[in-house]
Amino acid sequence: MIHYLVGNLGHISVIVAFVASLVATYGYFKSVYADETAKHDWLKFARTAFYVHGVAVIGIVVCLFFIINKHFFEYHYAWSYSSATLPLHYQISTFWNGQEGSFLLWIFWHVVLGSVIINTNKFWEGPVMTIFALVQAFLVSMILGVVPGIELGEFAFSSDIRIGSSPFILLRESLDAPIFKTNPDFIPEDGTGLNPLLQNYWMVIHPPTLFLGFATTIIPFAYCLAGLWIGKYKEWVRPALPWALFSAMILGVGILMGAYWAYETLNFGGYWNWDPVENAVYVPWLVLIAAIHTMISFKKSETALKSSIILVIATFVMILYSTFLTRSGILGDSSVHSFTDLGLSGQLLIYLLAFLFLSAFLAIRVWKKLPSTDEEVSAYSREFWIFIGATTLSLMAFQIIIPTSIPVWNAIVELFGGISNIAPPIDQVEFYSKWQLWFAIILALLSGTGQFFWWKKIDRTKLKDAMMTPVILTLLIAGLVILISNWAQTGYFKAVGELLLLTAGLYSLVANATIFKSVIKTSPKLSGGAVAHIGIALMLLGILFSSGYSKIISLNRTGLVWSNEFPEEVNRDNLLIFQHEPRQMEEYELLYLGKRREVHGFPGFMNESDLRILPDPQFAVARKDIFYKEQLFFQEGDTVKLDGFENTYFEVKYTSNDDEFTLFPRIQMNESMGSVMSPDIDRRLTKDLYTHVRTFPDPEADIEWSPMDSVELRLGDTLYINDFVAVFEDVIRISELDGAPLDPTDVAVKAQINIQGSLDQQYLAEPIYLIRNQLVGRIPSEVDDVAAKITLLNIYPEQGTFEFGIETTQMNWIILEAVEKPLINVLWLGTFLVVVGFLIAINRRYTEFVKMRDKGVEAD
Amino acid sequence: MKKSYILGIVVIAVAITVIISTAGDASSYVNFEEAKALAASGNDNKIHVVGALKKDDDGSVVGIETGADKQSFSFLMVDQNDKEQKVVFLNTMPQDFLRSEQVVVVGAYHNDAFLADKILMKCPSKYQEQTIEASAGS
Repeated sequence: MIHYLVGNLGHISVIVAFVASLVATYGYFKSVYADETAKHDWLKFARTAFYVHGVAVIGIVVCLFFIINKHFFEYHYAWSYSSATLPLHYQISTFWNGQEGSFLLWIFWHVVLGSVIINTNKFWEGPVMTIFALVQAFLVSMILGVVPGIELGEFAFSSDIRIGSSPFILLRESLDAPIFKTNPDFIPEDGTGLNPLLQNYWMVIHPPTLFLGFATTIIPFAYCLAGLWIGKYKEWVRPALPWALFSAMILGVGILMGAYWAYETLNFGGYWNWDPVENAVYVPWLVLIAAIHTMISFKKSETALKSSIILVIATFVMILYSTFLTRSGILGDSSVHSFTDLGLSGQLLIYLLAFLFLSAFLAIRVWKKLPSTDEEVSAYSREFWIFIGATTLSLMAFQIIIPTSIPVWNAIVELFGGISNIAPPIDQVEFYSKWQLWFAIILALLSGTGQFFWWKKIDRTKLKDAMMTPVILTLLIAGLVILISNWAQTGYFKAVGELLLLTAGLYSLVANATIFKSVIKTSPKLSGGAVAHIGIALMLLGILFSSGYSKIISLNRTGLVWSNEFPEEVNRDNLLIFQHEPRQMEEYELLYLGKRREVHGFPGFMNESDLRILPDPQFAVARKDIFYKEQLFFQEGDTVKLDGFENTYFEVKYTSNDDEFTLFPRIQMNESMGSVMSPDIDRRLTKDLYTHVRTFPDPEADIEWSPMDSVELRLGDTLYINDFVAVFEDVIRISELDGAPLDPTDVAVKAQINIQGSLDQQYLAEPIYLIRNQLVGRIPSEVDDVAAKITLLNIYPEQGTFEFGIETTQMNWIILEAVEKPLINVLWLGTFLVVVGFLIAINRRYTEFVKMRDKGVEAD
Repeated sequence: MKKSYILGIVVIAVAITVIISTAGDASSYVNFEEAKALAASGNDNKIHVVGALKKDDDGSVVGIETGADKQSFSFLMVDQNDKEQKVVFLNTMPQDFLRSEQVVVVGAYHNDAFLADKILMKCPSKYQEQTIEASAGS
């Protein structure tokens, strides 16, 4: 039965949310021009409308989640992104897997932020919330899913234009499947499932963080436009600044979470790939950081107002532009991410252009009236250096957005009838890195030196004094690092750029640490800048080492070619490891121990060969008693539930002279979406060891067995199976087979052969011998871990012996790649410090804002 | 205003360099014929080719061959001039590959085969998505 109610409720909520946001826009707009008494009424009216909008948005969220959670696969959204077996936390990821859901997340955050603004800032409420509510109307229109049309009796006319894409669309409305013609009430039993790449805990928390970052950029933008609109050209900066800092912090954390997810889950071996999708969020963040710097500089001296206005507007416009880039499908030819084109490109473009023109109009209208000084800025002033810094950040953003926009340039040329066939650079990483490296060097130098100007008026001699110690210290440390790395023959710092980045990064670190030391004593509340800059310096150094000097250590030094069919680099950079056969890799001895699964309620991993997977792949039966640290967890024959039944792990043990650890790189096999290999990482203080499996034997391929050897054994005899010692331990009469009871007339026994694997691992072979209707049936036992198949051929009761047939095949193997990432923790530590720095700065700026607000300074 | 002029000139210079470098390092979209001509003339720059997977009359993809090692596969691709070409990809099949309505291969000719370094796909918009199996349920 199709559940219409929840979809209809959701759809009505979307319409209510849309209308209410328009009403709120109108109400807030009116309040700006109304006199004192009418203003109060308009505000009250608009506020109510905004709250109605908020409640409706929460209604949409609840309805959509209900559909996913209850597995209503008659709805397209649940069918496309979920499946009946998906656990609750991934149902949450499903919620924002589709474009509609992620728009909804964004809308939801705006509701939360709008409510905060309403309740913290009465003076700015009218104009700021006008912008807010208008943006909401645009965003909600993206999930409206309305086809404007007219119905006149029998004649129905519907245009081709569709406004938005509703998440509440039924499967039969979206798919033209023949089944719906014969049976419109058909409901698929299961959905297509969540992309295995997204079945990761980061995908539960990364999108909400990133979208909170996206959502918060509207606040400085709204304050800025409101200021330009109502003539408070300077006053908007104070309330906007703490929010701009908050936004930069959240957006930055969101970006880093995405990078970390890529590092942990994808197998390209890094955390940043300069893919257009990554660039599209990095660019607005850079511009926002530039804006924060000019805003702070303006608060001190009023010269940077115009650049603050431009940069704050640019940040929001870049957010809209990146939304356009990633969601319109225009990047389809240039990004490895596959986009689903919802046909919203026109709507997204209108959204982008509307706010671009609105802000340009408001800014140009009053541009002449904006205060500025014609005085030449001194090269010894902080304003000058901050301006240089902001310019560098903007150029950095420019350098990224130009190549990322190549598909847009093509589209524009084609719009005017031309032909353009430019494609993005082939090696994106190399292309962007060679530019961004130099920008990073300049930034590191500026962020070190700029801090000296920050704290006091300074002239040439004073500057020299202040900089002397940090510079000398930097050169000493840099020299030492280079010496040590030469001595250790690391091969680092061969290129000039890398050498300079090392020195500049260290300089920024030392200089900011010096500043921090003096500030923390006198006024710890003001130390945010120094802490954040220390963090940035550490991040730059961490990136230099972990990306610049990441090293493949799984080089093939055996002289063997794994396969002629492999490309050269696979043969060169990867190791083939047979199960039980140790292989040397640098200082480690690697031992592949077999496939592992995760079982619900079992700590650690379970050997796949101890389980018999049932036709429903979520469940398996234990083939023997299963212990963990001598505690019995499951008994033979117990049915167990597999956690993440699509996941198989490869246990690889690393042993060196002074060290021992085990890694579990993973493969996720999803029928409808293909397999995904994910790495496992051994995290050390100074380096990460990153291992992922490149390939392994196809589990569905037919196995080629050797000719059968037969042996005659008595109970307790020892034999060799594929070079492993095995003991024929017992023969047991059985009364059921694969869980089904046997006929009373059947006679069946199973032999138990215990095979001793490497590292004390025991494998059990249990071939079965069955007599039914005087016919003999033999069910061989395959032991994957020792690549053997054992059959109980005959039983000779008179001699007391049993004849076994033994067949063997090639031992299991994996081909793996291992990469060392030095000092990657410095990057994460830097990220952490940047966040701390932001928190200190937000606290300071927000306190300032509250103090001034309570004095009533805002409202005069 | 001397300093601001200098700064302005520097900014413009950097911006122009960025644009020139983008143009210089950019690859290009070509068809298989042009790609082959490029390779024949000794130009081994990698390029982008846009096309679609070869399909039979029923719309199912044909010509996929998996390498014996499961590590590579090849497929038949038809470019925008309807030229058919075997493309070898030295990696496992990307997710959703068979569902793609358009593929872009990045790579170059090696003798007669096109060797792809990277495959980009455009998946069908959700309203033309693959149909569901009628046997999937009641």
